[in-house]
Amino acid sequence: MIYGILFWEFFKIGLFAVGGGLATIPFLFRLAERFNWFDVTQLTNMIALSETTPGPLGVNMATYAGIQAGGITGGVIATLGLVAPSFLIIIFISKILQKIKKNSLISGAFYGLKPAVAAMIFSFLCVLLEMIVYQAPSNKDFFFQLGLFICYVIMSFRLKIHPISLIFIGAVIGIILEL
Amino acid sequence: MKTYFELFFSFLKIGMFTFGGGYAMLPLLQKEVVGKGWATDDELLDYYAIGQVTPGIIAINVSTFIGYKHKGILGAVCTMFGMILPSILIISSLVYGLVYIWENSYIQHAFAGMRLMITALLLSMAVKMVQKSVFDLWTLFILIISFVMVFFGNVSIFFIVIFSCVTGIILIQIKRHFR
Repeated sequence: MIYGILFWEFFKIGLFAVGGGLATIPFLFRLAERFNWFDVTQLTNMIALSETTPGPLGVNMATYAGIQAGGITGGVIATLGLVAPSFLIIIFISKILQKIKKNSLISGAFYGLKPAVAAMIFSFLCVLLEMIVYQAPSNKDFFFQLGLFICYVIMSFRLKIHPISLIFIGAVIGIILEL
Repeated sequence: MKTYFELFFSFLKIGMFTFGGGYAMLPLLQKEVVGKGWATDDELLDYYAIGQVTPGIIAINVSTFIGYKHKGILGAVCTMFGMILPSILIISSLVYGLVYIWENSYIQHAFAGMRLMITALLLSMAVKMVQKSVFDLWTLFILIISFVMVFFGNVSIFFIVIFSCVTGIILIQIKRHFR
């Protein structure tokens, strides 16, 4: 029963991949070795494509692997398998969060963890900047990209418009300037 | 009933404009969720911190938190499905031979432009998250050490989570002791 296997395999990935979408990648390579759903080359191409299309990377990868193994239904089942552990664990934590936050060990852990999460956001930001500046499929040079980026930073701090409107402006400028 | 649709559509929007993963969706999430009063900035940071240390994709963990907090289990189902639906649709279209849509040069330019704008938006969010998590020299210390470890040292996220939690717990105990 392919759907059962898919659900179970992705449930395990969802349970053991701690730390976000990138953490699922090693598990996917192991799947490529164990099953004939997709090979390593396909997987590598797909990771590259997933990074540039919308949607969280982990979810994109589960959908892709599931479709390769069992069509659209397979894609949906693999994705549900991936998110099921998160869903259950988070609901459990939500129920106890108010109580445990008063515990001094937990509040100490939060005290340390929050700046670390802010650091991870900054590090992710730097990786994005590196990608944009060095690897983007672009003919524009470094200073042009950087100048545009600085303009966007000023816009996002100053203009009080919805981020989606700003993202659309970004898309239009991207097409006009052929970024 | 209206609230469930609102939750679903908000997260559908967020899912459509998330490139990469959980951190990239932060600007949009903040606007939608804090703007609508579903959670505060502080709660968002808590959710990211928990999402980082619990299994699964951060984007899904955070969506589940917000849906559950606002409307219980059914609310969590709405936010989670909103988050995964764009991925399922877009990846299905890729696999079933519509790759040319995403490889079209206009789409690529638009995506490149969007990514630049999203990075700029993320910078303003990152600054905000630092303000929310750094209260004293100790938290600033954790932030800087974590950043250096993740970005320059390529240290695993798992280690940084352990480091920051343990440091936080020890610091809180020391502070209590000397008060």
